[in-house]
Amino acid sequence: MTGEFTGAPRDVAIVACAQSDHRRRTDELSEVEMLMPVLHEVLERTGLTTADIGFTCSGSSDYLAGRAFSFTLALDGVGAWPPISESHVEMDGAWALYEAWIKLLTGEADTALVYAYGKSSPGSVRDVLTRQLDPYYAAPLWPDSVALAALQAQALLDAGHADEPALAAVAARSRDAAADNAHAQLRGARPQGEYVVRPLRTGDCPPVGDGAVAVVLSAGDRARALCARPAWIRGMDHRVEAHSLGVRDLTDSPSTRLAAERAGAFVRPVDTAELHAPFTSQEVVLRRALRLDDGVLVNPSGGALAANPVMAAGLIRVAEAAGRVHRGASDRALAHATSGPCLQQNLVAVLEGESRV
Amino acid sequence: MSDVLSAPMVVEFPFTRSLGPVQSAFLTGLRARTVLGVRTTAGTVLVPPVEYDPETAAELRDLVEVAATGTVTTWAWNPAPRRGQPLDTPFAWVLVRLDGADTALLHALDAPGPDAVRTGLRVRVRWAAERTGAITDIACFEAYEGEPYGGEPTYRQAVPHSGEFTGDAVTGVVAPARLDYTYTPGRAQTAYLAALAERRAVGERCPRCRKVYVPPRGACPTCGVATTEQVEVGPRGTVTTFCVVNIKAKNLDIEVPYVYAHIALDGADLALHGRIGGIPYDQVRMGLRVEPVWTEDGRHPDHYRPTGEPDADYDTYKELL
Repeated sequence: MTGEFTGAPRDVAIVACAQSDHRRRTDELSEVEMLMPVLHEVLERTGLTTADIGFTCSGSSDYLAGRAFSFTLALDGVGAWPPISESHVEMDGAWALYEAWIKLLTGEADTALVYAYGKSSPGSVRDVLTRQLDPYYAAPLWPDSVALAALQAQALLDAGHADEPALAAVAARSRDAAADNAHAQLRGARPQGEYVVRPLRTGDCPPVGDGAVAVVLSAGDRARALCARPAWIRGMDHRVEAHSLGVRDLTDSPSTRLAAERAGAFVRPVDTAELHAPFTSQEVVLRRALRLDDGVLVNPSGGALAANPVMAAGLIRVAEAAGRVHRGASDRALAHATSGPCLQQNLVAVLEGESRV
Repeated sequence: MSDVLSAPMVVEFPFTRSLGPVQSAFLTGLRARTVLGVRTTAGTVLVPPVEYDPETAAELRDLVEVAATGTVTTWAWNPAPRRGQPLDTPFAWVLVRLDGADTALLHALDAPGPDAVRTGLRVRVRWAAERTGAITDIACFEAYEGEPYGGEPTYRQAVPHSGEFTGDAVTGVVAPARLDYTYTPGRAQTAYLAALAERRAVGERCPRCRKVYVPPRGACPTCGVATTEQVEVGPRGTVTTFCVVNIKAKNLDIEVPYVYAHIALDGADLALHGRIGGIPYDQVRMGLRVEPVWTEDGRHPDHYRPTGEPDADYDTYKELL
């Protein structure tokens, strides 16, 4: 798929966002109980009701819950009667956003509700994520998510693109930035700690936690009516690389760069970038792939190092970027989401606010 | 909230997967202590081999043999091995480019400590004593600085291979998957289960449509709002619809045929499921009035039996079908 359209596509914008406070555990809440307040909040911000939503799309993973079709229970929180037009991706909600964006571009809907949630606390997310690996050569070895990221980090160190102090600086800057983010799970200065899997230390790894996010999309003048300063989606694209780690150059992310190019990210500089980099080393890879210089504000929310509810963290990046546009803190922002081991799949969206008089 | 229920939950099942021709040859080769790769149309040798070129998607069938020795291209020291991983003592995860290959294989390296590992380290395969045709036939890698290992051919060039070995080819793998969870049902279902422990049934009423949901899941699926008002329902109820089960379930000590029914407990706006007993299967009918039967230490009704009341009028439950 490509973000480039011929003819005159409709302008589509993110008009509202909401997210939960991300926490290590939410034992007292079922998934729908965790999600529902976020859905209500995002609808209240627009004054819309479920009946006004043309298309609903969600992202989550059954493997986090340990139950088949767990997303259907979460639908109870949407209010699915009278019957709604609905879809789901077994991926980060950023990919659900992509599906909704296409739906609006084609004119099949005028507004869309996109949400994502992840409860990592019931299981061991390091083990759960091994089940997304190729079942013949990798999954039988149970290489956990930190181990695979550590292989990438060492490749980065060997290539001279970073050293351990540089990784620690990414961790420190992210957690400092998160001090201003009331939703974040880890806020403020934290020690780098011991090696989890060398060369990655505790501070280089994301927290494990539970959380949810929702955004509302709308097209054209409807978006202007629903939001004082809509975050217009100027382009969005996603690309995938070979699954096998041994085939890829782990120090680079060509899929991110290509997605960014197709989303129009390089046409003009962005002022803000929300990068879905669960590990410090991955931010180094992404900055290089996206050619972000020091003039770009990266992850003012604290990023995935401050809160990483699996399956929601990518859509949260988009919501954080859109929120800055809504507030006038950004005129042109890049949002990135990833999925799969070592940045295998990457999505880039470019959001803009209309120029202010 | 400390009174939230939780219980261990294990999800475990063997994934049985068939192999394509290249994967089959590779895993059959491992069983015979031989590492095969596949050559792409561009001439690159992929190890482990795949059936389609990751760059061009062209079909790949050109098998080659590579060495059981190679070079570490990146590594990560794992101080605390986890269940299922290749070694149970601290080890290094490694990507190894085997001699003759252009890509790297993921596996474990047995080493005394992180100081003994570096990118560029020469390593060789340590074969598993029992080999079945799986990636775990490579027990792990080990450092190798000296002479070739156990008479393995030492070549830097991949050489063509037929992919044929003595014995039946490996045509599938069984990948056991086990994940452990601690299940917590959330506020609404905890309240339901806690009431059941006292042999009571509670539902929750939607503040908007006023319907009472049993069991409550915390949200009204129609209105999409939280259900909060707890309502005692039952214990008696009405069969709204049913089916006759003729297949005996594994590990279930119930004689067939039996009746499985939707039962609308008195005061509930949603029927729940239950087995009907105490009446011949062919005499169960819509509208039958039933009540729960509890076993000695059961935490939910074992089944429902007729109360002896007259059948409920159709109009009283037609909305609950």
